[in-house]
Amino acid sequence: MIAYIFKRLLVAIPTLLALIVISFLMMHAAPGGPFTQEKQLPAQVLANLNAKYGLDQPIWVQMGRYVWGVVVHFDFGPSFVYKDRTVNEIIAQGFPVTLSYGMTAFVLAVVVGVTLGVLAAVFQNSWLDYVAVGISIGAQVLPNFVMAPILVLIFTLWLGWLPGGGWEGGDWKHQIMPVIAMATAYMASIARIMRSSMLEVLTLNHIRTARAKGLPTHKVILRHALKPALIPVLSYLGPTFVSMITGSVVIDMFFSTGGIGKFFVDAALNRDYALMMGVTLLVGVLTIIFNLVVDVLYAWIDPKIRF
Amino acid sequence: MLSPIDISALALRLAKLDEVKGRSLWADARLRFMRNKAAVAGVILLLLCAGFAAFGQLISPYSYDYIDFNIMGHAAEMGAPSWAKGYYFGIDDQGRDLFARVAMGTRISLWVGVIGTAISVLAGTLYGAVSGYVGGRTDSLMMRLVDVLLSIPFMFVLILLLVMFGKSLTVLFMGIGFLSWPAMARIVRGQTLTLKSREFIEAAQATGVPALRIILRHIVPNLLGIVVVYATLLVPDIILTESFISFLGLGVQEPQTSLGELISEGAKTMRYGTLWQLAFPMGFFMATMFGFYFVGDGLRDALDPKDR
Repeated sequence: MIAYIFKRLLVAIPTLLALIVISFLMMHAAPGGPFTQEKQLPAQVLANLNAKYGLDQPIWVQMGRYVWGVVVHFDFGPSFVYKDRTVNEIIAQGFPVTLSYGMTAFVLAVVVGVTLGVLAAVFQNSWLDYVAVGISIGAQVLPNFVMAPILVLIFTLWLGWLPGGGWEGGDWKHQIMPVIAMATAYMASIARIMRSSMLEVLTLNHIRTARAKGLPTHKVILRHALKPALIPVLSYLGPTFVSMITGSVVIDMFFSTGGIGKFFVDAALNRDYALMMGVTLLVGVLTIIFNLVVDVLYAWIDPKIRF
Repeated sequence: MLSPIDISALALRLAKLDEVKGRSLWADARLRFMRNKAAVAGVILLLLCAGFAAFGQLISPYSYDYIDFNIMGHAAEMGAPSWAKGYYFGIDDQGRDLFARVAMGTRISLWVGVIGTAISVLAGTLYGAVSGYVGGRTDSLMMRLVDVLLSIPFMFVLILLLVMFGKSLTVLFMGIGFLSWPAMARIVRGQTLTLKSREFIEAAQATGVPALRIILRHIVPNLLGIVVVYATLLVPDIILTESFISFLGLGVQEPQTSLGELISEGAKTMRYGTLWQLAFPMGFFMATMFGFYFVGDGLRDALDPKDR
């Protein structure tokens, strides 16, 4: 197991390098730069600025310096646009916000999705099943950017119960709508996957045995059926986590939470190379780590899998 | 009295009566698909959306970029949907006809979905089929590359692409297509591996058909079922991606528009009470997504041999 994790982490290195190289080349292939403004800067000023940020060097040198800075000093460099702040500072400010509601949304989607799926499967073809399937089919077409305006319309404009944006240090009232907007579509998918996998597991022999020896239904489900039925859900969790992080871009813009997504879009629009690279790398690292966690969980839940 | 010729004709006809008419794989799948109510509803929904996207422009008396200066800025008081004025879906904040704009938005969203999927399917199928067929070192190298691409945060790279190379439809088509092929490649490769050991491939190899020809003539046609299913499920994914990008204002350029951008505009103006600006684009977005999901699920049930 340890050897497997180690091997996976080794593969992660070229992945991250590829990410850096692709992003770097793309940013430099495009016309314009961080100091391109409406008002043309004097050539001397521009040259000095470029020299200060090392943009006058050949691209390979820039790339090398960047990787060196990140690996050795864990330093993502200064932001090109927010002049007095480093990328580290901006990420340290924005990322906890995104992580805070993102994690809540993730847990909510998994817990509600799995519960709905299990209930629908156990009470197949009852009203409970129809309600659960109905919810999950309906919610499938409610991605974050559709859900967010609907929620604000209902809870802020019509009912006036919840604030329409802001963060206030993570006050729960400000978290409710971002969390629900983010979680809905994923909850639906998880419920669908869970239901069909549970239905399949319930026909297996060991479930029949468990029932035959007189175990009550809830024990059969929790002890014997849940674990194997979770496997397909698990493989969906890796991509879900990643798209939730991506979804934070919309949530941060729409609810003005001050999370990392807003900084990324602003950085992209202002060509803040360093900040863009920083956020992209951060998401890349998270993706890799999360996929690894999911694979390790696999082995724990399914003893047939060996590394 | 029957003549001998009549009798033999009769005998032939009788013999044919007992013959069971064979059904091809596709006819079988079609039958199963047509029996699935949700799938048929999905097809109808999609046809309606596509029809609206294609002909909506012709029904509306206004073009998508015509600005009515009399009601510009007064959307809340004067811009509500009205048959009499010809503004079937009302107007937007800038005095433009929402009916024509939603038609254009649906059209662009559908186009992006279809073209993006086409690029992704083409690239993914060829890559996956070659990788699976060749096997060995090449295969593991090619699949390692897919692994690397799959763990790159797709949406972030797409946003980078759009910002760097300008917000245009071409970049959007290409970007989405090229970024979403690795998943396709993986599915196709798995399927190719099982096809590779079948007798008809061996026969082709024995008669000396070159590898590329085997892939194109014998492997790819047999992959069609699974590719069709995943392609139908990929279209809504791509439409979702495009709408997401457009919602952020990074998609198509004004005065062109797409569903995501219209939803975003509707969301910005809903506090002034112009709810039609949110409701119509959202309705068409959800209808399109429902349509593709239902058709995709229906096709999977019809074509996936596992469920038979």
